[in-house]
Amino acid sequence: MKRLIALAMLTATMTVLGGCGVKPWVKPYERAHLADPIMSWNRDPVAQAYIDHVYDAREGARGGLGASGGGCGCN
Amino acid sequence: MRRLIVGLLLGSVTAAQAAVLPEDRADAMYHEYSGGGVTVNGPSILVRKKVGDNVSVVGNYYVDSVSSASIDVKLSASKYTERRTERTLGVDYLRGNAIMSLSYTNSVESDYDANTANVSISQDMFGDLTTVTLGFGRGWDTVGQSTDPSFKEPVDRRNYRLGLSQILTKNLILSLNYEAITDEGLLNNPYRSYRFYSGPSNDQFQLASENFKYPNTRTSGAARISLKYYLPWRGAVHGSYRYFSDTWGIQADTYEAGYTHTLDSGWVLDFKYRYYTQTKADFYADIFPREDAQNFMARDKELSTYQAQTVGFGVSYDFLRNGWGFLDRGSLNLDFDHMRFHYDNFRDATAAGYDAGQEPLYEFSANVTRAFISLWY
Amino acid sequence: MTRTAIPMLRLLAVLLLGLGLATSAPALEQSKPAPNFTLKSAGGENVKLSELRGQVVLINFWASWCGPCRQEMPLLDALHQRYKSLGFTVLGVNVEQDPAKARQMLEDIPVSFPVLFDTRNQVSEAYQVDAMPSTVIVDRDGVVRYIHKGYVPGDENKYQAVVRKLIRE
Repeated sequence: MKRLIALAMLTATMTVLGGCGVKPWVKPYERAHLADPIMSWNRDPVAQAYIDHVYDAREGARGGLGASGGGCGCN
Repeated sequence: MRRLIVGLLLGSVTAAQAAVLPEDRADAMYHEYSGGGVTVNGPSILVRKKVGDNVSVVGNYYVDSVSSASIDVKLSASKYTERRTERTLGVDYLRGNAIMSLSYTNSVESDYDANTANVSISQDMFGDLTTVTLGFGRGWDTVGQSTDPSFKEPVDRRNYRLGLSQILTKNLILSLNYEAITDEGLLNNPYRSYRFYSGPSNDQFQLASENFKYPNTRTSGAARISLKYYLPWRGAVHGSYRYFSDTWGIQADTYEAGYTHTLDSGWVLDFKYRYYTQTKADFYADIFPREDAQNFMARDKELSTYQAQTVGFGVSYDFLRNGWGFLDRGSLNLDFDHMRFHYDNFRDATAAGYDAGQEPLYEFSANVTRAFISLWY
Repeated sequence: MTRTAIPMLRLLAVLLLGLGLATSAPALEQSKPAPNFTLKSAGGENVKLSELRGQVVLINFWASWCGPCRQEMPLLDALHQRYKSLGFTVLGVNVEQDPAKARQMLEDIPVSFPVLFDTRNQVSEAYQVDAMPSTVIVDRDGVVRYIHKGYVPGDENKYQAVVRKLIRE
């Protein structure tokens, strides 16, 4: 578990440090599909938050659900 | 270490490119959960609006009206009703290609107060193909008990979140999430009790007079991977897996798969299946040999070994496709989920005619409904 | 220690190699001639960039699914209306493979400047569009004078400043 955290942190760091030179392989004008609302991680925040709460209240497990990113990549 | 990462992220923000704030929208939802003797329903209202060019503000008002005669309530108490009100205020600040979010949530009911503060920062990189998110949350709860007004115990919560969203191809997106949560304080439910064998031939049981035999700390970790793929006819298929484990000995696997289908006329259909399986906490048992068998004892079914399956269906209709006045878009939505819980080592102690510990294993099903309208402006 | 070091070093090597490969000579440069192109417009006729020599041209790459692009369109239209009599035109280049959504958006947000469809993305590639929206301003001799990526409110003033300067040349 600690190894996993360390690896994840290291990947994030290297992404930050080494990210400047890599060219994106999906061009911004190819993002029509990714910008579609059906490809969003959280299309209906209110409904999603509610069902997450329903599970959280009835299960022993919790967490790990947040995601943001994708979309149109504009600006 | 954490501060170092955040520092690196903030430092690498450049002014040239920028990410995008969430859209302005308002949602009004009616939600209802019904099953296992419990009915909870109420509204949830959300409003989000940009203020200036770099800030988006969001507010949510949510109510749970509870009417409960659950298996736990039927065993040791009588049916009760309760009302919980939750209010959230949040702000998102956009700077360069990073978004910083702050939010505060207050939840109030007659015997439980919870306050949560969350902060997170989200950074786009690699030509906006990658989004890295770091989040931290802190919670302060006060646990009460309806029969004893002087009863007030605190619970301290902290959570740490790390997320990565990666565009793999023009049709495929991946997300990885890790969340660690630590709780400290009174972590048990003050209304529930464990039970133990009693009677001359140990075929009966007694409920313990108090339930305060939980560890007062709990640390958990959850790691989740999720994929979403765009289908050429304007559909999407997604799948995810989450692994959970904690210091109470619970391990859980969550599998989810779904398909979204769209019709040109503005209808969107969602189909979902979810399978959840969990193994029990170390100190959990349906029935203990005697009242003081262990230091820590629990009979909460949420800590038992069980499986739950959910089948979900949702339908949405875009009714304002060309806008109307200041509204850009609107949708009417109805989501319905059917859940089935099956417990491997939690028994229905209210069943009559059984020896203690021989009652049938408990199972129940529940229906969750969400009806809402969304408006974008 | 070596068991984790070797995969780490491999990862580092891949990253550095990627960095090395990534530095290629750009085709779109300030003070160099703007790549010529011919695209079909929304009105049906072909528009060739070299035929607009003598005018200041603002080329704006946009898509219907891009929020900031939609925000920018009316402001570009205002800019076009204001300076077109002085030898200036805006060219909107839509980058979507299927122009249907773009045409629908133009019905909601009509503009008076020519809108071209780059359905095969050859022009987007030549102009190295790596942000949405992207704006390139070309002077009367067909030379690239200004490149701008993205759109935040206020950028239209930057475009206006460059256009005014180039019109006076």
